[in-house]
Amino acid sequence: MLILSRRKGESIQIGDDIEITIAAIQGDQVKIGIDAPKHIEIHRKEVYLEIQRENTAAAQGIQGLLGLLKEHNGK
Amino acid sequence: MKRNTKYHGEIEISESDIWHFENGIPGFPDEKAFVLLPILDNGVYMVLQSVMTPYVAFVITSPFLFFSDYEFNIDDATLEQLSIEKEEDVLVYAILTVRDPFANTTANLQAPLILNQKNHQAKQLILNDPKYKTRHPLFANKSGKVKG
Repeated sequence: MLILSRRKGESIQIGDDIEITIAAIQGDQVKIGIDAPKHIEIHRKEVYLEIQRENTAAAQGIQGLLGLLKEHNGK
Repeated sequence: MKRNTKYHGEIEISESDIWHFENGIPGFPDEKAFVLLPILDNGVYMVLQSVMTPYVAFVITSPFLFFSDYEFNIDDATLEQLSIEKEEDVLVYAILTVRDPFANTTANLQAPLILNQKNHQAKQLILNDPKYKTRHPLFANKSGKVKG
């Protein structure tokens, strides 16, 4: 992994059209501004992982799906 | 074309049935083509079935049936990406994590599926609203009044 030191207000350019700016630093928290084309999706990593995990759980095989639904309807 | 499915056996799919998820969905980046298949006949629950991979299929529902105050804005990037022009063209579904018994099933309200009926482009949108999580109990508020 490439590691660069930046100060508040300084930026990093990635390729032609992505710019990452250190907007503010406070204690152990850093505010980061990101300029990127609209088709580039940007997410907090933990949120993205959580969605991945839930999708994987949701795609698990459901034994007797119809039966479960019918049983539920019958109640 | 004939395709095997997870819950519906072998079915015939035509090109016009296919919803295109250009970037796949999180966890399934290579699954770019899905079809919507009904379960039972009341239209409440459906299956989002991968065209390419029989075992990749999600049980989905309209979140508004179960969570009457559910709302969010679709960001400009998504509107542009899916070429959405009118609200009426948009279908919204929530992916369910089905549990046994079904009463314990949860809905992912943090990442709804957005489908543009005009061009069949679709994606799973990740919301930034802290109100919405990945596991909302489907029957928490209604004690099972809405039944599938």
